[in-house]
This record gives sequence, structure tokens and C-alpha cells, in this order.
Amino acid sequence: MNQGKDLPQEPGGAEFSRDAGWLKLDEPMYRRTFLKSLGVLGGSSLSLGTGRAEDRAAGAHSVGVLVDTTRCLGCRSCEIACAKANGLPKPEFDAETGYDSRRPTTETQWTAVNRYETDAGKFFVKRQCMHCSQPACVAACPTEAMYKTGEGPVIWRGDKCMGCRYCMVSCPFDIPKFEFGKAVPEIRKCVLCYERLQKGEQPACVQSCPGKALLFGFRNDLLETAKQRIYTDPGKYHHHVYGEYEAGGTGWIYISAVPFEKLGFRTDLGTAAYPEYTKQFLYSVPVVLLLWPAMLLALNKATEKEKD
Amino acid sequence: MASAPAAVKADAGETVALAGKPAQKWLTPFNIISVPVILLGVVLIAIRFTRGLGSVTNLSQDFPWGLWIGFDVNAGVAFAGGAYVLTFMVYIVRVQKYQGLVRATVLNGFLAYAFYACALLLDLGRPWNAVNPIIGNSFGVHSILFLVAWHFLLYMLAELVEFSPAIAEWLGWRRLRKILHGMTLGAVVFGITLSTLHQAGLGALFLMAKGKIHPLWYTEYIPILYFVSSIFAGLSMVIFEGTVSQRVFHNLIDPMDRTSYHRVMHGLARICAGAMFFYLFLQALLFIHEQRWQYMDSPMGLWYLTELIGFVLIPCLFFMHGLKKKSLLSIRIGSVLAMVGIVLNRLNVSIVAYKWYSPERYIPSWMEIEITLAIIFMEIWIFRWIVRRMPVFGKPPQWAVEQDSRERALNFD
Ligand code: SF4
Ligand code: SF4
Repeated sequence: MNQGKDLPQEPGGAEFSRDAGWLKLDEPMYRRTFLKSLGVLGGSSLSLGTGRAEDRAAGAHSVGVLVDTTRCLGCRSCEIACAKANGLPKPEFDAETGYDSRRPTTETQWTAVNRYETDAGKFFVKRQCMHCSQPACVAACPTEAMYKTGEGPVIWRGDKCMGCRYCMVSCPFDIPKFEFGKAVPEIRKCVLCYERLQKGEQPACVQSCPGKALLFGFRNDLLETAKQRIYTDPGKYHHHVYGEYEAGGTGWIYISAVPFEKLGFRTDLGTAAYPEYTKQFLYSVPVVLLLWPAMLLALNKATEKEKD
Repeated sequence: MASAPAAVKADAGETVALAGKPAQKWLTPFNIISVPVILLGVVLIAIRFTRGLGSVTNLSQDFPWGLWIGFDVNAGVAFAGGAYVLTFMVYIVRVQKYQGLVRATVLNGFLAYAFYACALLLDLGRPWNAVNPIIGNSFGVHSILFLVAWHFLLYMLAELVEFSPAIAEWLGWRRLRKILHGMTLGAVVFGITLSTLHQAGLGALFLMAKGKIHPLWYTEYIPILYFVSSIFAGLSMVIFEGTVSQRVFHNLIDPMDRTSYHRVMHGLARICAGAMFFYLFLQALLFIHEQRWQYMDSPMGLWYLTELIGFVLIPCLFFMHGLKKKSLLSIRIGSVLAMVGIVLNRLNVSIVAYKWYSPERYIPSWMEIEITLAIIFMEIWIFRWIVRRMPVFGKPPQWAVEQDSRERALNFD
């Protein structure tokens, strides 16, 4: 465990101990919600409409990560830890020029750190799936392969996915990646180390971060911490928590010294959850299914000529 | 595209025996072109399934959907919209003059859907799991794509029922024909309802791509635009097909129908012009409501104007001119331009305006185009095979006509 000695300490004492693990926060509660969602997982084929992602995500106990971009050193430990934990190839990186161009996440690299030059200095930003509270990818998926677990991580289930790539079209952050070069392709993206979480461990990237730039915990607590950092050092931070409301709220939230558009974030996403955009249409479907036949049959009757 | 008889034009000269086994020349220009295209398509499809989608397509992480979705599925389904409009005219509001077109249009619609379903399966990365949302293994009920897929399947069933009396007539199964014919109205009502939903639903697919589609093409009303444009897309296709069929299948077409042909084409052109006018009106409302003038001085703005003026307004004017001057030529030009406009619109939404900000662009590979052509040619082959055998263009046999006269719900007098 790399404990950075002279890194900024948490003001206000709301520090989460990374070594102790986040489970200590509220272990019984976590266990309970976890068991419940295991039930949801198993019975998902029966639960039909009742298993809607937003209903589950409304639970306060979904987990996430707070990224403090002012603390990120650009060391890329998280990239390497991610590759190791998920059996991915070690990300390619040229020590000299690696940061000169943008590196997107790919099907073999689920998280990527990029450097942004701003008036206020250089900043590094780690990117991965945002684990949205009401994910567009889940609402898009016709097979429930993309799945928002009760705990928060958005996972992909290969036995269901039919490879339509509608999740890729819908995700506002362009995160799901598809293996175009394989006969049996998969959709690949960060799953917030769901298996590690089930064993009570932290996500690999969080555990590896020497700069304490990443903080894992319940989303509600992370929001508190994020705001607390901003309030206690208002000169240092831009007054906005990215992901609190963006696209309906995301599991990963970010704070920064500069406005987020300078760090390559999309700031035009709005605060509505993406599934909202299709709701109107979905609600009108049963109406049309009921009204149209009645209307058409009435028209057919009305135009019938009387028999002599 | 549901342009079934389009390329059959070439073998207009072949001799067709009206009943029974048609005698035909094999070395027609259409066959000479289509057979190698289909064979090559089969080879490429085999490569696609062994080496992955990337081996034949130019799709990428930035452009997960390409020609097969944008053109085959999106534009193709719009062109197949003629079936629901015509069945509405004939079976619901009983406008008898269009009856002669119904069977060919429904057959075309059905084949179009069947082949686009194949195109969709080619496009799926893991097609073996496509049964999941169908057998209820995993119902993604909140997914638009799930709804569209289901409506697609059910609609194919409805069209098959609508067409089935022709099959029964061909085989001479009188009892079965009676039963099948009795189901027509039900199938038509169901079919129109499903069509409304999935034509709109194809547009609704793009609702969650908010922020990724240029604001000139992205609007929350995109499902309504898709639905309204499917009316004139489908009818333009019927006009176009009618024109081609008149030449290619002239031996098969009932002479009575040929005389009323002009009347029918004018009627269709009138509906087209009306629907296009309404569509332009909706676009004008959106233009104001979404303050679209601010984008006009960009390349995208010009492209948008080209689509709307060049390929909606101008064909609409061609239709109106054709109606006024009784010019079939104007109407035909109008229908072709309108079809180009639909292709442009669907490709614009799904490809051109999609991630317009990205430096990377998607341009389909020749293999994607090749496979699309192969699919269209296969469809035409089957269409031709069927119309030469079953009463599609001509009148049904006498016994069938007598059967129908006892069916009240579908009668005209
Ligand atoms: S970022 Fe994209 S892939 Fe990740 S949960 Fe949100 S919508 Fe899904
Ligand atoms: S590609 Fe797979 S995970 Fe993505 S929407 Fe389609 S079925 Fe769902």
C-alpha cells in the first residue's frame, strides 16, 4: 500500500481509511443491500418492469468514487492496476510523449489518464465508465445484458448480450467498447471491479492510487466529502461537483481546480437522466396499442355501405 | 430498399408464361449482374462471421452503427411503409381504386422486412443471443430497441396473414383461403398499429443519442418526423415500383388495372404531397421552436437545407405540378427525388449528423455496400419468383372472388 506521506491530508477529519476498507462505513447495511440485490440478479428474468434501474439506483447505498483531479499525479498506477485486476494487457505508454495526445479508453484498456494544459496549470484526469445512477446503456439494452447492480456498479452479462451496440450509441460518455475484430465479440468497459467489491475489497484503481486522488465509498458520503473539500478551500477548487447532477447523476464524481470543460468533460449533457428522453415514447406505446385498433375498426364500420 | 422490381427492369424482354411454370431465359442482364453479387455477398458474410464485424465493415468505437442500420434498416423500413398506408386506404376506409396495388405492396413490405431482419442479424455481434429478448429470457422492456424488434416481428406476421390468401389461391386451397381471408381485417388493424409504433420507434432509437446528433437533426419529436415521413417514403416507393412493374411484369398485370393506372398514381401522388406538406410544416415549427437559424451558416446548416428543400420541398412541388398538369412523368420524378430525400434523412440522422464534431468519419467499406446489394438482389429474386406464380398483380381466381363477396367487413359495396 502506497501511503503518500506529504500529500494533502483531508481537512475536517472526514477521511476514509483506504486500508481499512470502505466496508467499515456501514457494513451491515452493505451486506443487507448486497444480499437483496443478489436476489434481484437471480430473479431478474421474472421481475420484468419492476427491476428498473432507476428504482434500484434510488437507494442511497450505491457506491462510487470521488476523483479529486487536483491530487492526481499522472502516475498511471490506476491504469496498470486495472489491467492486472481485469486480465487486460498492460497499457502501452511512451514515457516521453505518452501524454502529448489524448488516449481514449478502449476495449483492452478500461481506464485512461490524460493530461490537460490550462491557464491554471497542468491537470491529469482519469476516465472510465461513470457508473451512472440511471444509466443510458442499461435503458438502451434490449436484453438486460447491461445491468445496474443494486450496489451501484454497471456490469455487462455476456450470456444475454446480442451485440447490437445500442448501449454504445446511447452512452453519453462513449464508454462501452466493442470487439470488432472477434468472431465472438464482447462489450467491454469498467465494471467497478464488481467481483472485488463482492469480496469486500476496493476497486483496484482506488487501492493503487498513491496520491489519494481516488476515494471509494457510498455516493452520498462522497458528495459530502467533495463539497466539504470545496467549502474548506474555496480558492483551490472550481465550485462544482461534476457528476452530482450531470446526466441524472453518476457514480463517479469529480472535483477540479478549473471549470470542467477545460478538462475535456462534456458540460452540455444536462441534468436529466438519459432514460428520461425515451420515457415519453415508451408511455405512448400502450396508448397507441389501445386506441389505434379501436379507431381503425370504427372507421372501417363507418365506411361500410348498407346492404339492401 | 424495397425496390424489388427496380432492377428487374432489365429483363423486361423475357417471355413469361402466365400460368404454371414460367418459361424464361436465364442470361438476362439482371441475372448476369445479380448472381455474382449474391455469391460474393455470401462469401463476405462467411468472412464476417469467422473474423468479426471489423473484417468487412468500417465500423469503429466512435461509429458503432453504419450502413446496415442507417440504410438497410432505417431507410428500408420507411420504404416498406407503403403497405400500411395502402391497407389503410383499402381495408379501413375502403377506397377501392387502390386495391389492385395492395398485394404487390404487402408482398414487397413483407420481403423487405424479412431481409432487413437478416441484415440486422448480420449486424449483431452476438446474434445467437438474439433469441433472448424474444423467448423472454431477458426482457429489456424499457429499451426502445426491444420494442422495435418485437413490433418488427409481429408486423411481419401480420403482413404474412395479409398476403396469405394469395398463397392459398395459388395452391388451390379453398377452405384455408376462406379462413385466412377472414383474418385480413384483423391483421390489417394490427399491422397499421404496429407500423405506427415501429416507424416512430426507429426514430425514437436515437433519442438517447442526445448531444451526439447535430441539433438540426436531433429533436425530441424525431419519432413523429420518422412516422410522417414513412407515409410519403412508402408511397413514393409504391409509385416507383408501380412504374417499373408496369414495364417488367406487363404480361401479368390485369388490363383493367392498367387503364385505371393513372387515376391510382394521381391519388397516391396527392397523399404524398399532403404528407410532405405536413412534414415540412412540422420542420418549420421545429425550425422556430428550436431556433435552428443559428446553425444555418455552417456546412451542416447548408446540408440540412439541401435535404429539406432539394429533397422534400422540390419533390412535393413535382407531385403538385404532376397533379395539376396530369403529368405522370412529374409524379415519377417526384417519387424518385422523395426517395433520395428519405435515404439522405435516415443516413443524416444515423451517420452524417452523428458525432458531427468528431474528426473521425465513418464511410462504409465496399464490402458493406456489396452485402447490402446482395441482400436487395436476393429479395428481388424471391419477389420475382412469387409474382410469377401467385395472383399478385392480376385478379384472384373466380372462386376466390365469389368467396369474398360474402365477406362484409372488407366489402366495398
Ligand atoms: S458511463 Fe456509459 S457505460 Fe457507464 S454507466 Fe453511464 S451510460 Fe453506462
Ligand atoms: S450490445 Fe449487448 S449490452 Fe449493449 S445494448 Fe446491445 S445487447 Fe445490450
